[in-house]
Amino acid sequence: MADVANRDLKAMRREKLAGLSTTRERVSVTPGPPAARLALRAGEDALNSVSRALGVGVPRKPKTSARAKSGGRVALWLGPDEWLVIDEDGADLPAAAGWAKALHSAVDVSHRNVAILVAGDGAETCLAAGCPQDLSLAAFPVGACSRTVLGKVEIVLWRTSERAFHVEVWRSFAEYAYAFLAEAARDV
Amino acid sequence: MVGANRIAGTGRLSAAGRLAFSFDGRSYQGLEGDTLASALLANDVHLVGRSFKYHRPRGVLSAGTEEPNALVGVHRDAARRTPNVRATVQEVYDGLTAVSQNRWPSLAFDIGAINDLFSPFFSAGFYYKTFMWPKAAWAAFYEPKIRAAAGLGVAPDRPDPDRYAARYAHCDVLVVGGGAAGLAAALTAAETGARVIICDEQAAPGGAMRFETGARIDGEEGWAWAQKATARLAGMDNVRVLTRTTAFGYYAQNFVALAERVGDHLAEPGDRPRERLWQVRARRVVLATGAIERHMVFADNDRPGIMLASAARTYLNHYGVCVGRNVGVYAGNDSAYAAAIDLKRAGVAIAAIVDLRETPKGALYEEARGLGIDVLPGRAVIGVDGRTRVSSMTVTPRTGGPSRRIAIDALLTSSGWTPSVHLYSQSRGKVAFDASTQRFLPDAYPQDCVSVGACNGTDDLAAALKEAAAAGERAGRATGARAKATKAPRVDASEGWSGGMPGVAPGAGADAAVKAFVDFQNDVTAKDIRQAVREGMRSIEHVKRFTTNGMATDQGKTSNLHGLAIAADALGKEMHEVGLTTFRPPYTPVTFGALVNQARGALFDPTRKTAMHDWHEKHRAVFEDVGQWKRPWYYPRAGEDMHEAVNRECATVRQTAGLFDASTLGKIEVVGPDAAAFMELLYTNPWQKLEPGRCRYGVMLREDGFVYDDGVVGRLAPDRFHVTTTTGGAARVLNHMEDYLQTEFPHLKVWLTSVSEQWAVIAVQGPKSRDIIAPFVEGIDLADAALPHMSVREGQVCGVPARLFRMSFSGELGFEVNVPADYGEAVWEALWTEAEKNGACAYGTETMHVLRAEKGFIIVGQDTDGTVTPDDAGLAWAIGKKKTDFVGIRGLRRPDLMAAGRKQLVGLRTRDPNIVLEEGAQIVADPNQPVPMTMIGHVTSSYWSQNCGRSIALALIADGRARMGETVYVPMPNGAIAAEIGQTVFFDEKGERVHG
Repeated sequence: MADVANRDLKAMRREKLAGLSTTRERVSVTPGPPAARLALRAGEDALNSVSRALGVGVPRKPKTSARAKSGGRVALWLGPDEWLVIDEDGADLPAAAGWAKALHSAVDVSHRNVAILVAGDGAETCLAAGCPQDLSLAAFPVGACSRTVLGKVEIVLWRTSERAFHVEVWRSFAEYAYAFLAEAARDV
Repeated sequence: MVGANRIAGTGRLSAAGRLAFSFDGRSYQGLEGDTLASALLANDVHLVGRSFKYHRPRGVLSAGTEEPNALVGVHRDAARRTPNVRATVQEVYDGLTAVSQNRWPSLAFDIGAINDLFSPFFSAGFYYKTFMWPKAAWAAFYEPKIRAAAGLGVAPDRPDPDRYAARYAHCDVLVVGGGAAGLAAALTAAETGARVIICDEQAAPGGAMRFETGARIDGEEGWAWAQKATARLAGMDNVRVLTRTTAFGYYAQNFVALAERVGDHLAEPGDRPRERLWQVRARRVVLATGAIERHMVFADNDRPGIMLASAARTYLNHYGVCVGRNVGVYAGNDSAYAAAIDLKRAGVAIAAIVDLRETPKGALYEEARGLGIDVLPGRAVIGVDGRTRVSSMTVTPRTGGPSRRIAIDALLTSSGWTPSVHLYSQSRGKVAFDASTQRFLPDAYPQDCVSVGACNGTDDLAAALKEAAAAGERAGRATGARAKATKAPRVDASEGWSGGMPGVAPGAGADAAVKAFVDFQNDVTAKDIRQAVREGMRSIEHVKRFTTNGMATDQGKTSNLHGLAIAADALGKEMHEVGLTTFRPPYTPVTFGALVNQARGALFDPTRKTAMHDWHEKHRAVFEDVGQWKRPWYYPRAGEDMHEAVNRECATVRQTAGLFDASTLGKIEVVGPDAAAFMELLYTNPWQKLEPGRCRYGVMLREDGFVYDDGVVGRLAPDRFHVTTTTGGAARVLNHMEDYLQTEFPHLKVWLTSVSEQWAVIAVQGPKSRDIIAPFVEGIDLADAALPHMSVREGQVCGVPARLFRMSFSGELGFEVNVPADYGEAVWEALWTEAEKNGACAYGTETMHVLRAEKGFIIVGQDTDGTVTPDDAGLAWAIGKKKTDFVGIRGLRRPDLMAAGRKQLVGLRTRDPNIVLEEGAQIVADPNQPVPMTMIGHVTSSYWSQNCGRSIALALIADGRARMGETVYVPMPNGAIAAEIGQTVFFDEKGERVHG
């Protein structure tokens, strides 16, 4: 058993899009690093409690996100009672949510999703090849997020800066989403 | 100049931009900016194709997208051979290779033209009437022959090497059409600050300014103004100008599809996509789609050299090409006069203007007379000579009388202009007939849309620009843009277009047996349309389908109104009483490539792979497609076929153990204080008393009482369930649950989260399964008493947080190791080293299927088909007897679901144990009864069972459980197979092995 305990978890981890990267003149498409993710469900009355426990004020306005004051934690609004919380430092989010006394559901989905980062002047155009939403800054400003589609798969799209987007996609759809964006990048 | 018909000092192309191209193997020179049509005409090539049905020689009719005749093949290389390209749209690039179509052996001498002689037999409805007997010959003989003979170009026979791009776009105002009106609308809309997209199908916007020399806007010649306006628009941040882009479909909620030709005009397209599909959502749409000139309908009006007057003007004024040296003009309105005047001023002889009107008057008439052009009012062209190029026209007074032949080498005709209401109609707008001008115009708008300019019936240029500028500003303001727009462009001079006449010209009327073409591309004549009416067609929709008028790739842009007028005349009705046929997308042909765009090859559909996929590949798994998933089917070893591999895997699992990738099963985490109450409502089983740490097999029904899904559910905590679903059910079961939660049970405090992809699942099944996993498990006591069959624990496997289920779909002692997906492969590898030591194997879905069938475990969707109740499937035990409510409980009480004689799941053992029944085969009680036989059921699952040493099968048979021991028969082509009905469990009937 001793050898098991000493095993390096990092070495055991096989990231879905490891080694892939696309860089073109106006846009790059790269896999995001592993992160902790939490599917958070809660009613209006629980939001203060849950926000305190998670250290990030979960947004109440549709299609918006909120970042923690420090650290790499963000809460993305997905629905009236649904958020995707991402912690880039890999913190134990279910444990953190567990501190909230108010009624909620916290489910670890760290491995369910894969992140793909689309960045550059042409990022918006690249995504517009497959995402039917209006991604202009006026309609989809920095911090905006939405569950939407990319080609034939569902994604969560989050604008991290004027020229950068963070795509969350289920693990088995990640290969498709990456290939779709890499192909779209040729026409940017 | 390049080409004999170029006239120095005319046109806008630079003589410096010389390009070489070929047509049917002959080399020609063209100029940069030429279309293939203008370049061919410059070289005095009028004959460019053969018609669809009669193989008649055809030339260029138009100068735009409405072209019905001049369809050619454009060949870039062996794979890039595009058929049916409109020569009037295709721009010439250096090295372009074009070929004519629908002719053999050559364009000038075409065997198929014999159809023209036999044309009395090829009248309207010919195909429907003639090839009726024998019936079978239609598909085998007639249809292929007809398709080969009557056709357009040849489809390429290699995969398309080009790529196609796609773009979604959003704007406040979409302006369709870059003519003067469209530009004016785009300018004011853009000035308000609104986001504007303007698209135009030509290489440069300008529309009718391309040929209208009489227009002056803001002190400039119309074309020059259009180019400046375009440049201004292109320089604005809030405007996107799309040229070579056709709006081909107008769908719900101002969703407009555009096809942009990106690379087809370039000699070296490079890495560019060939085309780009734009899917535009616009808050307001301004249609400025212009009008299309109609030809005259008279005998042999399809001869090469006969073309639309505006086309001849375009070739002269834009491309610097005269379409003849001695040109006749046949006019039903004023606009044809302008062509004669332009050509005359360029030094081309005008043989005569034949005008149907008795007393033409006005400025253009006077100008023509002033230039010394012979105008013949009140006369008609009743025929022409010249098979491959018109050589003379025969002119008579329109009321009859002596005829006169006039030599010509081109004939320009115009019977008026048809407003392009296609997109308006596609937007679900209903056109209204304007009796005074004999045309259909937009009426009420069902969407946020407006038409401006010629497509709206606004003929006068000044009025059109005023209307357009106002509409553009209004559209911009309607979206909240507030900046001030400038006034409409000032029109200093313009040409007036007058009405015209739809229908036949004299000499092609009811008594005439001549071929006066209405629809060139589908070879439909005026006579055909009258015949359709004679044969009883009353609705224009029937006339259209019977004659195929307007059904070619040009969608009747030049023919629909003529066809309608002729049908109305034959019916003795007014045109508006007969009505217009419906316009449907696409406006112009769109390539499959553009529609498919990125969705080809690996991007055709997502291929889903589990975390252990690479391991399976390395171990030479043969994969099975299960929905979008790739699942290992079996793992053949050297020399093994599928049968041998599956037999080995099946035996190994029961003798030692096997590893199986079960990751694709759907998984849903049900969390909340009312989780158990929710599970009670969604599944037939009782859940309240299931202790945390224990599992239960659950059955889910639809409202109608039939089995919808099943799976093992583990209770992790009082308020947390880990639900598994079938692989195929993963998405729909979650939707089904959410649907009920939100609509029927919103009072329950419970939330659902899909964790299908969070967990990689390794099933370890077989007597040695505990030994295999034991070295890696931490924090979970694997002893039978601590972890009995149907239990779940959370702990660590290989140091990774895991959910360990003790459960079995094989009937053996078994575990399912759930680990976070990124760790799946490493954990599998670790377990595999231990499995190998124990002599275990990896097994695939086929073995999984056989093992579960040996135990009589059903697969929803295979042993059930949406009409099977739990009792039918032998699962009545899974219904909580004390439960008063669950989805489907009332459905189960329907009389027919409770009636005797329902099909029930039973086991089948063939009399000859070596015969494996076919799944889906029907079952009868008496093999000797005459056909049609009474079928009492069917085989749902059937396999060779190595562990049983015989074939096994499951079947749904009427009253099956009451027929135990009876022999039934499966009729097959080689005779009926006898089989005995028995229990569904074939192996370990007492079920002792799961306990280890």
